[in-house]
Amino acid sequence: MAAIITFVYVFILITVWVSLSRWGTLRIDWRLRDPLFQAYVQMFAMPRWHADLRNVLVFTVLFLSVSIGFGLLLALLLDRRLLGYTLFRNIFLFPYALSFIVTGIAWRWIFNPETGINLLFDGLGINRWLVSIGSAPFRPGWTTDPGVLFSINDSLGHIFPAVRNLSVHLGIPIALIPVVVAASWQLTGFAMSMYIAGLATVPNELREAARIDGATEFQVYTKVVLPLLRPVTVSTAIILGHVSLKIFDLIFAMTGVGPGFATDVPGIFVFDMTFKATRYNLGAAASIVMLLLVAIVIVPYLWRNLRRN
Amino acid sequence: MQFSLVNFRQSLPRTIWDWLILIVLLLSALFFLMPIYVMVVTGLKQAQNVSLSTMWQLPAHLSGGGFYEAWRRLYPNLGNSLQLTIPATIISSILGSINGYIFAKWKFRGSNTLFAVLVFGLFIPYQSILIPLIQFLEQIKLYGTIWGLIVVHVVYGLPICSLIFRNFFANIPDELVEAARIDGAGVVRAFLLVMLPLALPAFVVVGIFQFTNIWNDFLFGVTILPNPNAQPVTVALNNLSGSFSVDWNVVMAGAVIVALPTALIYILLGRFFVRGLLAGSVKG
Repeated sequence: MAAIITFVYVFILITVWVSLSRWGTLRIDWRLRDPLFQAYVQMFAMPRWHADLRNVLVFTVLFLSVSIGFGLLLALLLDRRLLGYTLFRNIFLFPYALSFIVTGIAWRWIFNPETGINLLFDGLGINRWLVSIGSAPFRPGWTTDPGVLFSINDSLGHIFPAVRNLSVHLGIPIALIPVVVAASWQLTGFAMSMYIAGLATVPNELREAARIDGATEFQVYTKVVLPLLRPVTVSTAIILGHVSLKIFDLIFAMTGVGPGFATDVPGIFVFDMTFKATRYNLGAAASIVMLLLVAIVIVPYLWRNLRRN
Repeated sequence: MQFSLVNFRQSLPRTIWDWLILIVLLLSALFFLMPIYVMVVTGLKQAQNVSLSTMWQLPAHLSGGGFYEAWRRLYPNLGNSLQLTIPATIISSILGSINGYIFAKWKFRGSNTLFAVLVFGLFIPYQSILIPLIQFLEQIKLYGTIWGLIVVHVVYGLPICSLIFRNFFANIPDELVEAARIDGAGVVRAFLLVMLPLALPAFVVVGIFQFTNIWNDFLFGVTILPNPNAQPVTVALNNLSGSFSVDWNVVMAGAVIVALPTALIYILLGRFFVRGLLAGSVKG
C-alpha cells in the first residue's frame, strides 16, 4: 500500500513540482520558476497545444458515440440469441485482446490513401459512378490530409471575437477520422460486452409483463429494456472516456502527430516534450493537465460507486 | 408467451426481422475480421508482390512471405516480452490476492477511503508519473533493465488486481473464515488454507488480464528501456514499421506475431477474459 501511495501520489506531486521548476533542459534543476506557472502559460500559448486539446475532445466525442452506439446495437441484435450467437460475440470482442500498436499498424496500412479503403471505393464502382455524374472521384487523403471539416471558427467568432485569432480550426480534422475508426474497431466489443452483461440483469418477468400489457417487441426494448441500461451506458462512457483522454499508443503507431498536428494529442505532446525535446517542465505541465482531464471524469464516478457499498 | 422460451438458446431465424438481424451481424463480423484478413494476407506475400493495387487479393502463391524476416527481427524482443510478462503477471497476481483479501475481509477504519485511493491509481495517465519514476529507477539502478520494468508493471498493476480479488473475496461468506478461526487458524493460515484454494478462478481471471495488459504495453516499454535490444516486442514492432523504407509484408507479419499470444489466450480462455474486463468497471 505504501508503495502504491508513493508510486502514484508522491510521484504526481513531484511531477507537479517539475512542471513549476526551471528544469527545461537535460540538466536537472529543481529550483522553482518565477513566475511559478510559466510552463503552463507557455504551453497554453502554443498552437500545437490548442490543436491537441481540440483533437482529444473531438476524438473523445466521436469515438464514444461510435463505439457505444455500435456496441449497444450489436448487443441488442445478439440479444435475440440467433444462430451463431457465441461466434459473433467472440469475433466482435476479439480486437480488444490486441495491442494498440498492432491495431494502429494494421489500420495505417488500410487507410493508406494509395490503396486500402480507397481501392475498395474504386473496386465497388463508386468512383466510376461519381465521375459519370460529373463530380470528382472520392479519394480522400485520410491520414495525410491536414483539412478540418465543419470548422466553426467563423460562426463562433461572432459571439467570441477572440476565436478569430486562433491559429487552429475548431472542427473535425479529416486525419482523425481513421483513428476514430481504428479505436472503435478495437473497443466496440468492450461496450458490447458491458451491454450484454447489463441485458442479462434485466429480469425476464419484466419483459413478459410488458408483452402481456400489449407492448410490441420494439416497445419492450424502447420502453423497458433501454431505460434499465442507462447505468451501463454511464459506466461504459466513463471507462472508454478515460481511455480516450489518455490515448497515446494507437496514434503513435498509426499517424504520429499527423499533418499540421491534425492527429496530435496531449499524450504524444508529453512524450515529445519530455523525451525528445527534453523540456521536462513543459512535458510535466501537459501531463498534469491530462491527469486533471481524467480526474474530472473518474473521480465523481468512483465517489458514487464506492460510497454505495 | 411462448416466445420467452427462445431467450437462452440459440435459435434458427424465423421472421424476416430475424434474417435482417443475421445479415447485419454478418456484415459487422466481416468488418471486424477485415483488418485481420489484411494483416495475414499481406504478411504472407513476398516483398515484390506487395503492390498497392492488389492489397485485397490473396497471395498469388503460397510462401512464408514476410514471416521469416519478421521472426528474425522480432524474436529477441519476443524473448524480452516473455521474460517480462510472466514474472510480472505472477507477482502482481499474488500481491493482488493478499491486498484484495485484506480489503474484503478485514474492515478497519478508513479502509473504504484507502481502497478508493488505491483504485484511482488504476485510471491515472502514466505520463503524469513517468519523470519521477525514471529518476527513482535510476537511483535503485534498475533503469533500462527488464527487472525495472517488471517492478513498474507489478506496482501499477496492483490496483486492478486488488480490485478483482476484493470483489471475488467479498462474495465468499465470512463464516468460512470464522470457522477456520474457531479451528485455531490465524489470519494468515485462514487465508492460505481456506481462501487461496477457493480463489483459483480469480487467479485465472487476473492472470489473463495482467498478461494481456503487460504484453500489450507500449508506453512503459519505450520510456523505461531505451536500449532497442532490451525492449519488449510492441516497441520493436513499432520500430519495424517506423523505419524509412517500410516493407509492408514484414510489418504485417510482425503484427500477426505480436498479436498471436494474446489472441490465443482470448480464443482458448475467452470466458475468463470477459470477466476480467468487466471487473474493470469498478462494480463493488
